[in-house]
Amino acid sequence: MMLLGLFLPAASAYADDDDPYRISGNVQLDGEPLEGVRLTIDGPGGEQEVETDENGQWRVGVPERNADYTVTLDEETLPEGIAVVDPEDETPNVKDVTVGPGGRVTVNFFIGEGQRNVTSFFDQLVARVVQGLSFGLMLALAAVGLSLVYGTTGISNFAHGEMVTFGAIAAVFLVGPASLALPWWLGYPFAVILSALLGLVLDVILWRPLRRKRVGLVQLMIVSIGLSLALRYIFQLFIGGGTRQLPGASDPKIPLFGAVQLSVIDMTSIAIAIVVIVAFALWLTRSRLGKATRAISDNPSLAAASGIDVDFVVRVVWTLAGGLAGLAGILYAYYRPGIKWDMGAQVLLLMFSAVVLGGLGTAFGALVGALIVGVLVEVSTLWIPADLKYASALFILIVILLFRPQGILGRRERIG
Amino acid sequence: MDWLQILSNTASSILSPATMGYALAALGLAVHFGYAGLINMGIAGFMAIGAYGYAISILTFGFEWWLAAIIGLVAAAVFALILGIPTLRLRGDYLAIVTIAAAEVVRLLFLTTAFDEVTGSADGLSGYHASFRASNPLPEGTYGFGPWTYNDTGWWVRIMGLVTIGIAVLVVWMLTHSPWGRVLKGIREDEDAVRSLGKNVFSYKLQALVLGGVLAAAGGIVYALPSAVSPGVYVTSLTFFVWTALLLGGAATVFGPLLGSLIFWALQTFLSNVLPALAQAGLLFGLSQIQAGTLRFILVGVALMLLVIFMPQGLLGNKKELTFVK
Repeated sequence: MMLLGLFLPAASAYADDDDPYRISGNVQLDGEPLEGVRLTIDGPGGEQEVETDENGQWRVGVPERNADYTVTLDEETLPEGIAVVDPEDETPNVKDVTVGPGGRVTVNFFIGEGQRNVTSFFDQLVARVVQGLSFGLMLALAAVGLSLVYGTTGISNFAHGEMVTFGAIAAVFLVGPASLALPWWLGYPFAVILSALLGLVLDVILWRPLRRKRVGLVQLMIVSIGLSLALRYIFQLFIGGGTRQLPGASDPKIPLFGAVQLSVIDMTSIAIAIVVIVAFALWLTRSRLGKATRAISDNPSLAAASGIDVDFVVRVVWTLAGGLAGLAGILYAYYRPGIKWDMGAQVLLLMFSAVVLGGLGTAFGALVGALIVGVLVEVSTLWIPADLKYASALFILIVILLFRPQGILGRRERIG
Repeated sequence: MDWLQILSNTASSILSPATMGYALAALGLAVHFGYAGLINMGIAGFMAIGAYGYAISILTFGFEWWLAAIIGLVAAAVFALILGIPTLRLRGDYLAIVTIAAAEVVRLLFLTTAFDEVTGSADGLSGYHASFRASNPLPEGTYGFGPWTYNDTGWWVRIMGLVTIGIAVLVVWMLTHSPWGRVLKGIREDEDAVRSLGKNVFSYKLQALVLGGVLAAAGGIVYALPSAVSPGVYVTSLTFFVWTALLLGGAATVFGPLLGSLIFWALQTFLSNVLPALAQAGLLFGLSQIQAGTLRFILVGVALMLLVIFMPQGLLGNKKELTFVK
């Protein structure tokens, strides 16, 4: 069963009709638009018929508001074996709607493959959780870097989203068919290296001089906001406002079990994310440099006093954060799918949610937080409209800060 | 290149509703950040609530425009209370993240198709002008001189905008020069010291958050007064632009936000006219006109960085009065 969404694109004004008010809707089955479904709208101003367009959308103009209309979906025009379903309604294909004072109304039908073939709630839940874990792992790659930077330097880096975008854009310039068209096994690692270089360069030309100048943390945060704006629009300058695709982004999905469907690239993404995160965790806990990083996160002055070269470690952290963000960017470009100049800014707040949820400055907290945020975002679409799914994560962020500001893995003294 | 037209457009932007909207929002932000030290990164959310509160009150409930404006302001005050009570105890950067997240939640709620009948989702809202225009005492016609020539509706919007700014400046000036304002500045400098003097720091912060939020909502209403409410406006970039305007003028001043917004919009208008013209003339290293238009937003980002590093007190601020504590 599938809730018929009311996805009206921004450009769709209703001015093309003579009548000032409008009733509209969208007929989809499992996300695929259904074309040529006939609907009848009856009420003040007479009976009208409309068919859905190639996007599954329909709209009619009506002359009056504060009036009642009846919308009937002609089930004969639905594909074979498909019906409008609603257990609480004997005639689910007929709806009474009221055009309110706002002058516009959208009409929802529940549509499904008869009553027999509906995906069970449990299967949907499993599919969403798998999708969410895949998103969460990608988010974790980016959030771990954000968290380490915060831990070692105290900067809430609002430009981290742009480092994610940079990875994806570097990838499309290296691998994209219209530019260098390198093979992916050469191009993607190179894009990650370029992203790491971006982190390094930013530390050398911007963050280190500011550390030397002893600029305050709030100022550094606003500097990162300025940097984020500048980088974002530099990206727009180069790739424009449209969406670009990496090769293979529209590969077919393979049904695995239940309602879970993943393409080969999805599965590779998940594997890569897990391998990199495990390697990173080993580095952080086993290597000298990793231990030094955690020592600085814990207490920078003490770490410096015990002979750790803080400047060097911070530089390594910026480089690593850049590389991980770049890798996350490539995976995100496949997950969305598509590359846009502001794609990183779209997930920046989710990264912050993940980091705060796990505890600011703790690397493993960011990992746990990212997985929770990823699953939450996807699973929440079972109950709330899909275009509100990011809002659910941000709402949880606010609630968490209410009750446990130090985050799940944070220590109590870190209270905000 | 038509320099006369470019300069005329630039001069005209001084009196544009957008400039006034930014000025009011930046003034609210000055109360938040400049005086109380609250890092509110959700100013766009307050503006959205003001604008949507105004438009929805008229379109859905059929109220008069002045009542609708009051409802917009009250809604922002309520939002400030809801936001402030849990979050004002948080340290600076936490507050920044929570407020920016709250503003995004607000925007997504206005954008979602679930409430399309009320909010118009991605289309936004328009056609709420009848009541406001009916109250216009100016006779029909075109007034003004030079670049500042507008019709009666245009002037009525601008007059109401200026009146709002006048009242707002007066209120903020009087409050910040009162004992209340001194306590607020004390909280900004050292919260614990003020607390040890027996002041209820939380309550003062909350009052500042509500006052600034209401001013920002007034900015949102003025911004939306002439044309339409569109959810694409209230993105995080809007917050950052208002911050840039504020820091440019001077965060801990009353007139800094006004000056900052004025310069911000005059420069934006100037560049948005000049850069494409330069590109067309082939003087911008082969950039297209659209690319040249993007250039000015890059400059905003760079300007914000340079301002914060080299001139954190802004144009009108006092360097001794630290606006960035710690």
